[in-house]
Amino acid sequence: MPEITESRPQTDAPPVLETRHLRREVGGAVLVDDVTITVTQGEVVTIVGPSGAGKSSLLRLLNRLDEPSSGEIFLDGQDYRSIPPQALRRRAGMLMQLAYLFPGTVNDNIRFGPRQQGKDLTAAEIEDLLARVGLSNFGGRDVAKLSGGEAQRVALARTLANDPELLLLDEPTSALDESAKAEVETLLVEIMHERGLTCLWVTHDLAQAERMATRIMLMEKGKIVHTDLSKEEIHAQSVLS
Amino acid sequence: MLNQFFHDPLSLGVAQAIVATVMALVVMLIAHFARIHLEREILIALARAFVQVLAVGSVLLLIFEGPVVVGFLILGLMMLLAAQTASRRAQGMPQAFRVSLTGIVLGAGPVIVLMAWMGVIDTKLTVLIPVGSMIVANSMTTTSLALDRFRGEISSHVGHIDAALALGATPKAAVAPYTRAAVRASLIPRIDSLSSLGIVWIPGVMTGMLLAGSQPIDAALYQFVVMAMIFTVSGLASLISASLMSARVFSPAEQLVLRTGKGKR
Repeated sequence: MPEITESRPQTDAPPVLETRHLRREVGGAVLVDDVTITVTQGEVVTIVGPSGAGKSSLLRLLNRLDEPSSGEIFLDGQDYRSIPPQALRRRAGMLMQLAYLFPGTVNDNIRFGPRQQGKDLTAAEIEDLLARVGLSNFGGRDVAKLSGGEAQRVALARTLANDPELLLLDEPTSALDESAKAEVETLLVEIMHERGLTCLWVTHDLAQAERMATRIMLMEKGKIVHTDLSKEEIHAQSVLS
Repeated sequence: MLNQFFHDPLSLGVAQAIVATVMALVVMLIAHFARIHLEREILIALARAFVQVLAVGSVLLLIFEGPVVVGFLILGLMMLLAAQTASRRAQGMPQAFRVSLTGIVLGAGPVIVLMAWMGVIDTKLTVLIPVGSMIVANSMTTTSLALDRFRGEISSHVGHIDAALALGATPKAAVAPYTRAAVRASLIPRIDSLSSLGIVWIPGVMTGMLLAGSQPIDAALYQFVVMAMIFTVSGLASLISASLMSARVFSPAEQLVLRTGKGKR
């Protein structure tokens, strides 16, 4: 069993995200248990752990898709309950395991987020976003005709259209084949670095966690049992069995 | 044929009811052999329908000469019972009874009052109660269909709804396509009934009026009025109930709380 360590910021940068004793319990089952972590500006933190460890449940609490049973979350030092849910979710953008594109064209999907705030993206702005995810001139395409990798790229562009400061990634490549997975992963790294995005990336793929992360956290049975797992520790322990 | 054996209307009516019940039981048996087990539901429904319709007949016999307010009271009671029936189809959905009742009352109520005030529905209890009950029953069916379909749509699109919320959509915007799909689906039987009126079927009111000796044109016009009213009421009830329910499937923090299928947490 790995040693439980305390959360600590990795740099002098200010914390973008802090949780204190976060817990979620549903019907007697504890999904997230006493999670206290800090993520600082520009960090790419991967959360690894076996299936059912509560990784996705934790991520859903962070942009308030689910409500914690107890505990606190701070975004840029602000109690997230004081931020209107829609504003919070725009600031903490989320990319899910599946793309969940809305029926219609790629353009319709890219426009969706900004339109919720009454903003209409120009054709040039949409094309810039699509070009960034390697899908130039895809705007008019029907989303039903996209491959898995293309759909996930559109979902990424759709999330970026809201200009989030924190990116929550819930196994965004796990449903893709190997070549699409590598492409989306590379793309995500490039975009995170370009934009200086702070990221929390849930994965059960240790190799991916090592490639992506500036810091690796380990989650088991709802608890964060390690907030800064070294590569040696990962290899020393069969943590994802 | 039966009228050769039964000469008074009551005996004839009972004999006809027995024949109709036997036919329904034959269908139940056929279903049973096809391993579609609906025996319990069919028997209960037949027994309930028989007792209920006889009870109504007896009540109508007593109150047909009563004041108009009695008619509205009875229709109000029917709306309560209709809401209870519709909410049973919406089991597991938050405040299903309240939503069904609001949809049915706000859908059927104003139309019945308006039509009675304009003289389209006679305020004689012999007309007000049967026509009003038809309107209430149709609003009940449409409300049931709308809520049932809405639940199905939500259950199949949990991921899309979460994705929309995660992009900063309001709950109303996140479920708008599914609310619209529920309303549209609930109105399909009403639209089909309207468009096939007179071609595929000649419904109850017209049949009754023709049997009672009315002119076919008068009966046809009145039937159209009733069908148009039913569509209006159904549309209102469906829109109101689906719209009210779409707001209730979210928590105050705008989280989807109705998770009946895949994605339930």
